[in-house]
Amino acid sequence: MVSNSGSHEDYLTPILERYGYVATSLLQILREAQEHYGYIHPDALDYLSVKLQVPRARIEGVAGFYSFIYLQPHGEYRVLFSDNITDRMLGSQALMEKMCQQLWLQPGKVSEDGLVSIGATSCTGMCDQGPAMLVNGRAITRLTQQRVQEIGYLIRNRSPLADWPADYFRVDDNVRRKGLLLDNKLAPGDALRAALLLSVRGEPVEPRSPSTSSGRTENIVETIKASGLRGRGGAGFPTGLKWEACRNATGTVKHVVCNADEGEPGTFKDRVLLTSYADLVFEGMTLAALAVGAQHGYLYLRGEYRYLLEPLQAVLQRRRDANLLGRNILGQANFNFDIVIHLGAGAYICGEETALIESLEGKRGVPRNRPPFPVTHGYMQQPTALDNVETFCQAAMAIHMGAENYRAIGTAKSVGSKLISVSGDCPRPGIYEYPFGVTVREILQDCGAVNTRAVQISGPSGICIGENEFGRKLGFEDLPTAGAFMVFDDSRDLFEVACNFVHFFAHESCGFCTPCRVGTSMLKTTMDKIAAGHGTRHDLNEIENLDHVLQTTAHCGLGRSACNPVLHTLKHFRPAYEGRLKSLDFEPGFDLDGALARARQMTGRDDAGAHLKTEEA
Amino acid sequence: MSDTFQLDGADVTFKPGQTVMQAALAAGHYVPHLCYHPEFKPHGSCKLCTVKINGRTAASCTMPAEAGLQVESNIEELNALRRTLVQMLFAEGNHFCPSCEKSGNCVLQALGYDLEVHTAGFRHLYPDRPVDASHPDILLDFNRCVLCELCVRASSEVDGKNVFALSGRGINKHLIVNSRSGLLVDTDIALTDKAMEVCPVGVILKKRVGFSVPIGARRYDQRPISAQALDDAPRSPDASGSCAVCEGSS
Repeated sequence: MVSNSGSHEDYLTPILERYGYVATSLLQILREAQEHYGYIHPDALDYLSVKLQVPRARIEGVAGFYSFIYLQPHGEYRVLFSDNITDRMLGSQALMEKMCQQLWLQPGKVSEDGLVSIGATSCTGMCDQGPAMLVNGRAITRLTQQRVQEIGYLIRNRSPLADWPADYFRVDDNVRRKGLLLDNKLAPGDALRAALLLSVRGEPVEPRSPSTSSGRTENIVETIKASGLRGRGGAGFPTGLKWEACRNATGTVKHVVCNADEGEPGTFKDRVLLTSYADLVFEGMTLAALAVGAQHGYLYLRGEYRYLLEPLQAVLQRRRDANLLGRNILGQANFNFDIVIHLGAGAYICGEETALIESLEGKRGVPRNRPPFPVTHGYMQQPTALDNVETFCQAAMAIHMGAENYRAIGTAKSVGSKLISVSGDCPRPGIYEYPFGVTVREILQDCGAVNTRAVQISGPSGICIGENEFGRKLGFEDLPTAGAFMVFDDSRDLFEVACNFVHFFAHESCGFCTPCRVGTSMLKTTMDKIAAGHGTRHDLNEIENLDHVLQTTAHCGLGRSACNPVLHTLKHFRPAYEGRLKSLDFEPGFDLDGALARARQMTGRDDAGAHLKTEEA
Repeated sequence: MSDTFQLDGADVTFKPGQTVMQAALAAGHYVPHLCYHPEFKPHGSCKLCTVKINGRTAASCTMPAEAGLQVESNIEELNALRRTLVQMLFAEGNHFCPSCEKSGNCVLQALGYDLEVHTAGFRHLYPDRPVDASHPDILLDFNRCVLCELCVRASSEVDGKNVFALSGRGINKHLIVNSRSGLLVDTDIALTDKAMEVCPVGVILKKRVGFSVPIGARRYDQRPISAQALDDAPRSPDASGSCAVCEGSS
């Protein structure tokens, strides 16, 4: 392998120049640098450290935080199977095993010849067309035995990814039900023009002389407030109040950030919006910029959606050409705003707004202490309006429709419509748009689900409900949701679902605070112990204790909700747990036979004689 | 004129800019803590200083003090949480107090005694964390690291060197040093660095001075940490120079 630093200079210099040698672009620089060797070479680290004037260890620390950045060779082909429960239900584990056999390697290891590695990754947002995988960061959907075998051959023949059949990379929108948002007939710029014409009452008036004077732009905030729009990322904070606080914050440099780090397992509606409604997303961001007085926009795109980068860049360029971005937008003096796209690199926690901002600044994605909040101290400690992809789209719709018309949709406290990502046991998975207030049962009927045992609302950090609660309504009054809707029929074991989610949280904990770093691992150990048939009532009590510690002391929402999957399934599906428990009050976690696994592996034996006899209770 | 808040029923006065923890310690009220150090900006990762403020839990080291707050700290509910957090830290690393040079000067151990942590509580994770003995004068025993980041902060903010940093994520988060070899000997650390003094546990140790103070005569052998911490407290957060906690450990 090449190791003289001259060769690294060759490919790193253009990257560094493109990012202006700015350390806040570190993550972007690392992502691009990695495309050269498939990992960050030690010489490249040294070179970047000198050129960016960032300590080497700090660069290593940033690289080490993100799942998709490698500091060691990880194979010319890096295969990652999406490991959401919906992928598993579609047979992903068997496919991964098959591929490992075909290519003669173990999960997580690199093949002897350095050709390929196979591993698992958190949900890649293709739940409606899984099982899915990423190969060198490119999403591949609808895996079958045959497709996986073909991919195995292509890898063995060192066929470049660009030559692989295009159908592998096809990602469908699967829009099944449209509402005010997905059915909109807006042309690019329509919502912006409507905003510039807002009267003091917050309703559209006759076109006269649009203006960005502060009185006018204040009307955008007032209209959003009057519309009752709340954030669609899950927390449901009133968008108008956020924009108002950002608008009133002191500072001349302000930012608008779009959270497109759609990492909550089972959620993929932002992917569809970014694929087919990108103009509306950017329109909403530009509106926000006008409302708060921001000059700079960032779209934080999750690394799993890397394939959307070029199409999104093209939309941005088209908008610049149409004077919908750039200087003096739509002829308005001093309305200057542009958007850059920042790619994530495999870290769920960066969907948390302050972790996202840290990541945007090129750091480890660790949630900040609050207060202060991003509206006053966000990106680069400057006022920042940060919203979800769908929120920006809804804001554009609210401005275009007018507050009164928008408010007429949905319920009193949950105004407008909501995109639901339906996946799991149903014949018609995909995107469904409903006015808030729709019942779980209605969605189940629409997607054709039968014999449904449970639905996981809003992903692992949300809640799991059983049949007796299918009459409940989606909305902030009853079942708040960021959009995930995973369906489980009566053939599914809810313990396995919870176990998958618990592993997810342990993998995605940022590790900053003690309770989440250690607690999520302890929870994982306990669930694995129960799964292995060694669980007791004591372990169920331990889970409840852990939950209390996590809920009261964790630094952010990830830790606070890490026990939810277990607690909710315990509440509704206790037999799924109790069937696995030993009747004892306590059983040590230490597994004598399990401890011999290493010896079996080293001697290549797995016969009965290589196992300890289990005592029958 | 200064404002006051209530801590476990007592009035605590504070200066603008102080956090609940800073004000409490300065007023002679102990709140258990580990990653907080009076000379550094608090970052709130260990969560041992969790208190209830107006009924809601929050890390007291990062929460700005405000007039009229009702703060509860020394109550069984919170001490039980703190015990669990200490158990988690013990289970996460490899801590063998009887053979540790830091025994008696160790903040984690002292917290364990003071909070009456009598059991392990969790199955220990026994991580594989090789020691770094590459440096002629300094030993790094990562087995004991509690990831408080004090050495990271000290090296960066006081020494201006960035010898230490954190890498990895979640339970795999770990301390690294600033050299291509990954070894301490190839960094520019010096015995006189602030980073040499701040480790609350036994990760960063000077070689050849071990056990010069006998066990039994060490800092927390004599007084519990709840008493010692108050002596150290009323220093301004940005003061440089000597630090009683650190001196006690060397």
